[in-house]
Amino acid sequence: MSGIVIIGAGQAAGQAAASLRQAKYEGSITILGNETQPPYQRPPLSKQYLSGELGIDRVMVRPEKFYADQSIALHTGTRVESIDRSTKSVTTSSGDAYQYDKLLIATGSRPRILTIPGSDLSGIHYLRTIDDVDGIRTAMQTAKKICIVGGGYIGLEVAAVAVTSGLQVTVLEMEERILQRVTTPEMSEYYHELHAGRGVNIRVNTGVSGFEGEGHISAVLCGDEAIDADLVIVGIGIIPNIELAEAAGLDCNNGITVDDHCRTSDPDIYAAGDCTNHPNPIMGRRLRLESVPNAMEQARVSAANMLGGDKAYASVPWFWSDQYDLKLQMVGFSADGDTSVLRGDKTLNQFAVFYLKDGKVVSVDAVNSPKEFMVCKQLYGKTVDPSVLADTDVELKTLLN
Amino acid sequence: MPQVKFIEFNGTEHNIDANNGDSMMVVATSNLVPGIDADCGGECSCATCHVLIGADWQAKLDAANDTEESMLDLNPDRSAESRLSCQIIVSDHLDGIVINLPEFQY
Repeated sequence: MSGIVIIGAGQAAGQAAASLRQAKYEGSITILGNETQPPYQRPPLSKQYLSGELGIDRVMVRPEKFYADQSIALHTGTRVESIDRSTKSVTTSSGDAYQYDKLLIATGSRPRILTIPGSDLSGIHYLRTIDDVDGIRTAMQTAKKICIVGGGYIGLEVAAVAVTSGLQVTVLEMEERILQRVTTPEMSEYYHELHAGRGVNIRVNTGVSGFEGEGHISAVLCGDEAIDADLVIVGIGIIPNIELAEAAGLDCNNGITVDDHCRTSDPDIYAAGDCTNHPNPIMGRRLRLESVPNAMEQARVSAANMLGGDKAYASVPWFWSDQYDLKLQMVGFSADGDTSVLRGDKTLNQFAVFYLKDGKVVSVDAVNSPKEFMVCKQLYGKTVDPSVLADTDVELKTLLN
Repeated sequence: MPQVKFIEFNGTEHNIDANNGDSMMVVATSNLVPGIDADCGGECSCATCHVLIGADWQAKLDAANDTEESMLDLNPDRSAESRLSCQIIVSDHLDGIVINLPEFQY
């Protein structure tokens, strides 16, 4: 019995291994991860771990001892080089081979890298791993002027931590508004004003053309203009890690193609998390998500099905972002809506914008409004009178009946 | 180490020596107690670590804060015993606590 091999040691990998043991699977489980830590939570990295509020122990998904206790062979610092489907084995960069009965690819994603003049200067950081953030935290202790390239959630979360800790912060966004890829103009404007009000200098329509410095970054170049900076964080999106799957001949198309059971085009190989392109039966289309809840659920689905189960994935995506004392919780995609409905008061930093399509609820952006977030999860796809949704005198509970 | 007893809805018991300072959610997930998904990792963002705690033990807990209350409130299966386990921190005075897992979350 060769057992189950998991490539990657992120949250999907950790959850899959736990789910396999929870299901009383007694065969061998091997996790091969190229980072040096056991599975940990990535969301706090740009938030409470960066600020120092959470220590490394609190970021770990489970204590390291868990893996030994559960006879899960956790090989960190181990890079998988190839998958050989004919012999059902994977080979690591050190030449070790691991046989599998079932293989789970949970390789996640990596930051998109800037390749412009000066990209190799020191002081330019990306944010994806604990090691990345440890480097950023050290740099922030002596930095004065931080420049963040990319006004997405990662960039804005870092901006919030940095400006709160007293740094001079500039955010450069090449599009005409921050968060353009992920939210509506209305929400972009709200977050723009929020950050501006805290002292963050946000520059939209500003593409970065290069970096300047003698060994270490001293300025970010935007065409003719140079913006002083002694620390740069680049947050311009991620790329799914599909190369191993592609090289093994598995179907890939903007992610590793899986079915609703998280099976790839090889019946003995499953995939879970950021690296997958999967069907969402509720939304009626395929998605590639950058999302922890998705990674966790796909891990549970994969684990069940690798053991011969028949578990289908069917979840409405949800996301969250913490900036300052504001918790933004999102359900679905606001771009799916044709109508928006505001509930609450933006000036109080407690409101939700619901999005409807053909009268049916398809999304919410809820700021410090956990009830609105929770209700949207339950109202998804249901027809609701917009005027009722907007009326804060109407208890949300009554909408669920 | 305080003892924590999780009881699944089918009656299966999990008796665990818990570490002070860990959340009950971490205790559950680190010991493969089923029915605690904990998707958000303890941020009080997802309400997938819902547990039921009887009145005697509830009296020894800090009351739910506004966020936890809001997350619980919209759950139609919520009862007077409902709490989110990520918000309950293990300490000596909770030695012996009994935590039931709701069927709806299994």
